Amino acid sequence: MNIDDIDELAQKHRDKYAGIETEVRVCMATSCQSSGAPLVFEALTGAQKAQGPGTCRVKGVGCMGLCSAGPMVAVAKKDEPPELEVLYREVKPEDAADILASVGGAPVARIHFPTDAPFFTRQQRIVRENTGIIDPESFTGYVAVGGYRSMVQTLTEMTPGAVVAEVTTSGLRGRGGGGYPTGLKWSTIAKMPVGQKYVICNADEGDPGAFMDRAILESDPHRVLEGMAIAAYAIGANKGYVYLRAEYPLAVERVETAIRKAKRAGFLGNHICETQFNFDVEIRLGAGAFVCGEETALMASIEGNRGQPKPRPPYPAESGLWGYPTLINNVETFANITSIIRNGGEWYAGIGTERSKGAKVFALAGAISNIGLIEVPMGITLREIIEEIGGGIPNGKAFKAVQTGGPSGGCIPAQHLDIPVDYDSLKTLGTIMGSGGMIVMDETSDMVDVARYFMEFCMTESCGKCVPCRTGTQQMHGLLDTIAKGQGTHKDLALLEELCEVVQATSLCGLGQTAPNPVLSTLRFFRDEYEQKLIAE
Amino acid sequence: MPPLAATPASVRVVTLNIDGKDYSARADETIIEVCRENKIPIPSLCYLDGLSIWAGCRLCLVEMAGQSRLFAACSTQVTEGMTVSTNTERLQRYRRTIVELLFAERSHVCSVCVSNGHCELQFMAQKCGVDHVRVPYRQVRNQVDSSHEAFRLDHNRCILCTRCVRVCDEIEGAHTWDVMGRGSDCQVITDLARPWGESDTCTGCGKCVQVCPTGALVKQGTSAGEMVKDKHFLPILARRRHAQ
Repeated sequence: MNIDDIDELAQKHRDKYAGIETEVRVCMATSCQSSGAPLVFEALTGAQKAQGPGTCRVKGVGCMGLCSAGPMVAVAKKDEPPELEVLYREVKPEDAADILASVGGAPVARIHFPTDAPFFTRQQRIVRENTGIIDPESFTGYVAVGGYRSMVQTLTEMTPGAVVAEVTTSGLRGRGGGGYPTGLKWSTIAKMPVGQKYVICNADEGDPGAFMDRAILESDPHRVLEGMAIAAYAIGANKGYVYLRAEYPLAVERVETAIRKAKRAGFLGNHICETQFNFDVEIRLGAGAFVCGEETALMASIEGNRGQPKPRPPYPAESGLWGYPTLINNVETFANITSIIRNGGEWYAGIGTERSKGAKVFALAGAISNIGLIEVPMGITLREIIEEIGGGIPNGKAFKAVQTGGPSGGCIPAQHLDIPVDYDSLKTLGTIMGSGGMIVMDETSDMVDVARYFMEFCMTESCGKCVPCRTGTQQMHGLLDTIAKGQGTHKDLALLEELCEVVQATSLCGLGQTAPNPVLSTLRFFRDEYEQKLIAE
Repeated sequence: MPPLAATPASVRVVTLNIDGKDYSARADETIIEVCRENKIPIPSLCYLDGLSIWAGCRLCLVEMAGQSRLFAACSTQVTEGMTVSTNTERLQRYRRTIVELLFAERSHVCSVCVSNGHCELQFMAQKCGVDHVRVPYRQVRNQVDSSHEAFRLDHNRCILCTRCVRVCDEIEGAHTWDVMGRGSDCQVITDLARPWGESDTCTGCGKCVQVCPTGALVKQGTSAGEMVKDKHFLPILARRRHAQ
């Protein structure tokens, strides 16, 4: 198979739906499903059937981003850009007839959501270019929008070295939180001697308030598989695992479907697209441990052992799964690859800032008007994200802080809202980019309570292997609890700070090393809140 | 006749600097092995010569020139020109805190412990200068398993070093022991968390009792201070392991 063949396959799919002019797209991702999207979908298909075959097609699609306003329905002319679609929010089954009747005419005003709002116009969709547009369960639907074209191109026209070079040029950095340069990681493993190598997609998204990877896997699963296959070709691997947490049943189902359909079409398995390249993918389910997002614990879990981290070095690039060189990247990192191959590394490097390239998906949660998923270019300020895209703080409350990076991150107060969002700037404020969770807090939030919450999370998620993390998080949680209840002393606070230092410096893996971050950052910016709660000795 | 050309050695020999003095080592040795060989004291509770590396107690952390993070001496291989500090003020402070955390986690009351005077945790506290514990004791009551005819397991004195797990798996080959649970709820278990006395796999060899650093695994019938380890056991373990 070459580029022309895949273009032909795409054309076939388009021909099949040549008679369709308008698509009524219903979000069938987890958050919209939980607010009743399946009923809306049923009502719309029922109403459409009653109308008889026409130029309109009702289609289940992936996440449209504005999760708090679900179920979302979009009506769009088939090949129009998403900005021109008519979007409906909080759709009920009763609205189905009105929506279908409005096609081609004026939108149904009572549920209409204007797509010229900053939430839509300020985004730059790379990873999410297809989400909310294609049917995640359709293989040819993905091919029709240019899917697997990058893979076929790499397999038939590029050498593995050229693929690595393209990714290196793009400046892409790991989207799981660490921000390690992806090209460097790939080239390290590509340089390991020829032999058994593995590719792992880390889909064990566990930060509270983060759901970017879930949406990608539920909305565009083939994109991730394509990225993994390109990676496997570049480093010389023939086997891949998607380590997916079992708490995401819909994502598991869609990735399973995607793997099955891609295999059947010859896009995964042996002799992919009639080349000499073999690559097989399997899903491994995570059993609910946060620490299994840490790469060495994740690999232990895939091997069937207790999910506990190991000291590094040796790094997975050298000795990973079953001791073989292993590439581990996050879902979003793999999802970027197809765009980088299609448009070139230079194109990707043109987006974002000097040291943080491209765009990043963030999950907005907490006290913010537009709860949901956004994809914005790196370097955008926090203020733009929160006040413009996010629509500000609801109920007339004032902004207090935004928490980034989950339990490993920190809180950023109002005076630093103009900081550009990139890996290095966030580090200077004692937080991290993390995987992309952003929890916005208004003036009613108690920062000691926030720190206590995250410490409790780390305490219960500590695997128990190393002493500082196992017992230190527990002691820190106890001290935070004492302080939050108004029973703490200055001595308790001093001890808390000392434990933060010890746990940070001595823990075995990233979970323990970063567990004190929420405390340290709230102490840095909101120390007065701690001190107000202390009692005199 | 000239001698046959030597085949290149598969492992290189390196020189490194520990606490201001130079030492030679094989490149496949870890820092802790070099330190033990040269009588440089490095505290550790989970490391045991002859068993696999666990890197869980974090007491053997050392500083390395040019690196801001700390390295576990047990899991870090030596490299040429490496400069290591094993006993800085910062490391002493961290070690003291870690030992305090261990004391506060479960119930370590030396005066009534069967291992009083023969306990590695107790020695460690003395060596690290722990004269009191600043963090609050957690006062959790754990179970004691006396079901085995020869040995007793007291979770209250366990520090989860997993020496028992490793010796049983790697030396005895029984894999009776394992760890269950998460965080501070972790416990060492026999078989699938059945009473030790009912274990199908335990051979009753007692290796786990010999390697236990505290009074968590002891012989039946011992009272305060009476649990004395066989002083020949650990050297034999190391020798047999290295002979393999």
